[in-house]
Amino acid sequence: MAEPLLRVEKLVRRFGGIIATDNVSLDVAAGELHAIIGPNGAGKTTLISQLTGHLAPHSGSVSLAGRDITYLPAYRRCALGLARSFQITSLLLDFTAADNVALAAQAHAGTSFRFFADARKEKGLRDAAHAALDRVGLAHRADVLVSKLSHGERRQIELAVALASKPKLLLLDEPMAGLGVTESQGMVKLLQELRKEVSIVLVEHDMPAVFALADRISVLVYGRVIASGDPAAIRQNEDVKRAYLGDQHVVTHHG
Amino acid sequence: MKSLSVSKAVTAVMLAGLVLLPLYSHLSGNIFILTLLTRIVILALAAASLNLIMGFGGLMSFGHAAYLGIGGYAVGMLAQEGVGSGWIQFPVALAASAVYALVIGALSLRTRGVYFIMITLAFAQMAYYVASGLARYGGDDGLTVYKRSDFSGLIDLSNRTQFYYLCLACLLGVIFLIWRIVNSRFGLVVQGLRSNEQRMQAIGFPAKRYQLVCFVISGTMCGLAGALLANNTDFVSPAVMYWTRSGDLMVMVILGGMGTLFGPVMGAVVFLLLEEFLSQITEYWALIMGPLLLLVVLFGRGGIMGMLGRVGRG
Repeated sequence: MAEPLLRVEKLVRRFGGIIATDNVSLDVAAGELHAIIGPNGAGKTTLISQLTGHLAPHSGSVSLAGRDITYLPAYRRCALGLARSFQITSLLLDFTAADNVALAAQAHAGTSFRFFADARKEKGLRDAAHAALDRVGLAHRADVLVSKLSHGERRQIELAVALASKPKLLLLDEPMAGLGVTESQGMVKLLQELRKEVSIVLVEHDMPAVFALADRISVLVYGRVIASGDPAAIRQNEDVKRAYLGDQHVVTHHG
Repeated sequence: MKSLSVSKAVTAVMLAGLVLLPLYSHLSGNIFILTLLTRIVILALAAASLNLIMGFGGLMSFGHAAYLGIGGYAVGMLAQEGVGSGWIQFPVALAASAVYALVIGALSLRTRGVYFIMITLAFAQMAYYVASGLARYGGDDGLTVYKRSDFSGLIDLSNRTQFYYLCLACLLGVIFLIWRIVNSRFGLVVQGLRSNEQRMQAIGFPAKRYQLVCFVISGTMCGLAGALLANNTDFVSPAVMYWTRSGDLMVMVILGGMGTLFGPVMGAVVFLLLEEFLSQITEYWALIMGPLLLLVVLFGRGGIMGMLGRVGRG
């Protein structure tokens, strides 16, 4: 098998006495949509933060396309083709949608130490921004301040921002969080399109969405990967049923 | 669009005043107006430079008066040592300010928020005490500049009117530069960092180096104001670097409207005119000024520029 796009090896991260990431190893092949699921507190966000560079692991390694990125700062990983969306929407609220996306394109189009020319008149950046906005279906909202957009629209802008950097790998941290039913369906459709173009690591609570989208699923419980495989295998896996879906049994039977 | 036009109209009137009043003063021989306006324009330049880092960059530098002193002392010390040429004095003033900003910025930008405010303040106070200790250059008492910067006959700084228009040209030039900068690639990154630093890091911008460059540009511009100020008063002393002066500059920026091009100019005009006229009425003028500023800060979000915008809309 060829070198995986993302390889995580024996990653460990502790918070005091708690092991939030416990010897996690996983591979994401190029072109794959790899979902990470797990109950609340399983350490999904901790894991993602180590992939994006917002948190340093205590041991283990992360490599992207064969290159060790374990201790690279976030902005350098981004330059290597790793883009992320935030679980809690994190945008420039006092900028327009187009500005938000154009800045992401700008980060990957030459130096930003240019002091004189009007950046909003750079055709290349504006076109890239509009293309990305169009991709998520928000081209008509390009000139609206993000603070005036709805929650659902902001989730879409998050995606457009990530896309504008032309990433090799997209890390999506709960893109459906807080979306209504229709919005969620729209997002699933959009991700189905995007996965043809870019490899994706998806952290998500919405189980129907995960099983509809993923090529492979890794299940995280108490910081450990207890199972990894295609959706059908995960559905059948006894450990997963017990550890993950089991919680819901407890809830439904005794709640 | 209407909201824009009200603040634009007021800005235009203010600028027309800054351009035309000195002519009146020149013709009528009323020197007082010219002296006051020169001071206003120079401090407006300092406030505009502070606005670049504070209003657009979102970094509360509480030590901007240090650059006034550094620019001023560069002129004063060179003059004392017999170097009277403005062609040397001004570049040295700018370079010294830039170097100081580079060092202070590199250290201060490791911190954020209140710590950034305190550390920039602490460095400015250090600069103040260093200046007080310069025995050769007057120490506490300050340094008289016996001859204004000499620009080899091109412009005579001893001529009040010419000097005023030089200051005004510097102010407008700096505002033009700031206008270009804030709309450039660099300016968008700096403003993006003000808005959401984590997001900017995530899309690939290393925050600190952009903020440091912005800090240096801002400090250099303020150094220019310092060099002009020393020429205006024919004198430079540690007092120009004292923390209350940094506070005055901050008040001008906030009063006029942070993050707007002409807000700091508006703030400087209003602040210094109020100070001038209130201090003629009573020696307790600060008792009136204080509450006035409080009212603007409490009820006039966005400063004078913000209020003008709302008047237009209302």
